[in-house]
Amino acid sequence: MIAEAGLAALWLAAALAALQLVFGVTALRQGETDMLRAVRSVALVQALLAAFSFGALILLFLRTDLSVSLVVANSHVAKPWLYKFAGTWGNHEGSMLMWVTILGLAGGAVALFERRLGDRTLIATLAAQATIGLGFYAFLLFASNPFDRMNPAPAQGNGLNPLLQDPGLAFHPPTLYIGYVGLSIAFSFAVGALVTRDVGPAFARAMRPWVLAAWIFLTLGITAGSYWAYYELGWGGWWFWDPVENASLMPWLAATALLHSVTVLATRDGLRAWTVMLAVVAFSMSMIGTFLVRSGILTSVHSFAVDPRRGAFILALLAIYIGGALALFGLRVGTVREGSRFDLVSREGSLVANNLLLSAILGIVLIGTLYPLGIEALTGGKLSVGPPYFNAAAGPLALVLVIVMAAGPLLRWRRDEIRALARRLAVPAIVALAAAAAVLALLPPAHLLPTLGLILAAGVAVASVAPLWKRNLRRTPLFTWGMVIAHLGVAVSLAGMASESAFTRETLVAARPGEVHRVGPFAVRFDGIEPVAGPNWTALEATLTATRGRGAPIELRPQARAFWTPPTETSEAAIRTLWDGQLYTVLGKQAEDGRWQLRLWWKPFVTLIWAGGALIAIGGALSLLGRLLRDRRAAQRGKEWWE
Amino acid sequence: MRKLVIWAPLALFALFALIVAGRLYKPGDSAIASHMVGKPLPAFALPAALPGRPGLASRDFAGGGPRLLNIFASWCVPCAAESPQLVALRKAGVEIDAIAIRDRPEDIAEFLARYGDPYVRIGSDANSSVQMAMGSSGVPESFVIDGKGVIRHQHIGDIRAEHVPEILAAIRAAQ
Repeated sequence: MIAEAGLAALWLAAALAALQLVFGVTALRQGETDMLRAVRSVALVQALLAAFSFGALILLFLRTDLSVSLVVANSHVAKPWLYKFAGTWGNHEGSMLMWVTILGLAGGAVALFERRLGDRTLIATLAAQATIGLGFYAFLLFASNPFDRMNPAPAQGNGLNPLLQDPGLAFHPPTLYIGYVGLSIAFSFAVGALVTRDVGPAFARAMRPWVLAAWIFLTLGITAGSYWAYYELGWGGWWFWDPVENASLMPWLAATALLHSVTVLATRDGLRAWTVMLAVVAFSMSMIGTFLVRSGILTSVHSFAVDPRRGAFILALLAIYIGGALALFGLRVGTVREGSRFDLVSREGSLVANNLLLSAILGIVLIGTLYPLGIEALTGGKLSVGPPYFNAAAGPLALVLVIVMAAGPLLRWRRDEIRALARRLAVPAIVALAAAAAVLALLPPAHLLPTLGLILAAGVAVASVAPLWKRNLRRTPLFTWGMVIAHLGVAVSLAGMASESAFTRETLVAARPGEVHRVGPFAVRFDGIEPVAGPNWTALEATLTATRGRGAPIELRPQARAFWTPPTETSEAAIRTLWDGQLYTVLGKQAEDGRWQLRLWWKPFVTLIWAGGALIAIGGALSLLGRLLRDRRAAQRGKEWWE
Repeated sequence: MRKLVIWAPLALFALFALIVAGRLYKPGDSAIASHMVGKPLPAFALPAALPGRPGLASRDFAGGGPRLLNIFASWCVPCAAESPQLVALRKAGVEIDAIAIRDRPEDIAEFLARYGDPYVRIGSDANSSVQMAMGSSGVPESFVIDGKGVIRHQHIGDIRAEHVPEILAAIRAAQ
């Protein structure tokens, strides 16, 4: 019954999306904005139905209902409940249902909370959101039905891919999806504003909190995903430039650019067409990423079942939505008036530089991700563009971007003097020089990019708090605090990346029990191997004791696990976080002569990478809170704050 | 000019959609008629990619029978995908040498331990210079080289199971 109820709710939600579109178009045609109430209610009910359907699927997984094909294919009775729960979206159909549910909820949230957008534009926005929803409902119902029954029901399921049996999976995909799909709001806003020709500061102020919210989740999702890949895959790296990772990075880059350009539009009424374009591009990147991952068209470590029919379906949706939005942009942008002008040396100028650099990096990542596809189309071969390309091409640009980020907030709007900027940047520059001297004198020599990264991180950290200088901290608005903390987060993360890349020490040995091997400042003793068992796996567990100087011994227990549902082997790294870095150990295979392969890493300050990511997200959250509070106070006073 | 800029995103997206649509329906042909085929190998001498194993130089291909030259990297996912086919070719008696692109010894060791080691010699091409000279634009790629050091066949991308007969035929033809 649960499966049927879920399916019925999905059909009803699709029908309501169609209704929402029809209402919206009718209202716009006849110019009747009082239909807005009806459109709002339909959007809300549609969101509730989608959520109900998703809830039904979660329930089926929790109960391990083996009469449902999807549960059979991806779950197992002997699995901890958390992984039964997370298993709901650890597969194609379930994750697409989550995608659609979030899309519906995003539309519902706009219907419920958006009060600032003009009525006509809001109707157009909700109609656009319904159009996106309609296509993906059709995709689920016709090509990826998660509620398909299996008759007769088998006695047992296949289980979940062991790599995905990790607490991280319970939180990482939902966070990332909220970010991806949240960007659909920006897309619908842009389409709505193009339809009603209403691109201006009011539109930007209405769109900004939604973009900010999606961006916060995207940042958290990427940060968590990076840490998950770091400890779960056991390769010691934190970013692999894998197509799936790139698929999450590209919308983030576009959303980051959008976040900054929307500020120019909201405050100074500049960059009108560009902001609309970015809003379209950001969600387009989300959809292209979903397509690349779901169609199995690129070779990736995250492999999913490949089905050309599904790929074709999503591609058709992409062609309609992205193609449609870009065509609308082409037709309408000519009617968008040019915004106000500004000097090159100004806050706007630095934000334009920020946007150009982010777009260039986005282009580099996009080209690197699609290059194998292009080659395949031309020659039929599969090849891989790896870290050598991405690091060399995107790294230097990212460093320039960080410098712009440091300078931007210290500039005045409209026009400023380059000399005044130099004065304000003096202290950060001195700190960077001191850092340069310290790095060159005290630390072991490293490659150019990481060294530059460390030096810049020091200077930028100081520059990012400089906007607070000589300010009354109690009266500083919350969103300024947010910006400062987010920029500081970038510096912290950069320091972590540079330190990891410059100073990581690595040892790969074949060891016998009793032997001691060195990695960086640590002596690691291999004590022995013991078998251990978990709920649905068995493992060989090594015991290692690491000591540094006279410090207390640290015990680490890396495992080589064997799962039996489905039969797969994984390696569970043992990681110990210390104040100045992480000790990372992996147990490999046993060689024929009885020795065990051990991989040991010492990664100084690697944790700063994710701490920085968290700071960026916290900064975003503060900024969002600050904006919302100010709006509310302004609403209570009966007028907007800029009036 | 402004018109061009406005419509460029749509044009780019259309190009993307066309390429991808083509890929979804038409499986490609991986053997290509490269302009390198029929030419001698460029002269090179690469250091060993792994300590204790021989490096690779172009003169290693002079004399003896035809050999397969595989260009790979430990960071490359399709390379891992093609490794069973390389191991099978090695078992079938094909001599395989390799050039590792922008790679580190410990990563190569880990890669070979995980996916099998079909190689006789492995040269390390730290800045892709030999790869470029060979007219190869990415990894993996494989070349059949005859006993005189002349390139006889080029295969772009991973060698899948269905390509193995084609590679074996090229090696027989190069004898």
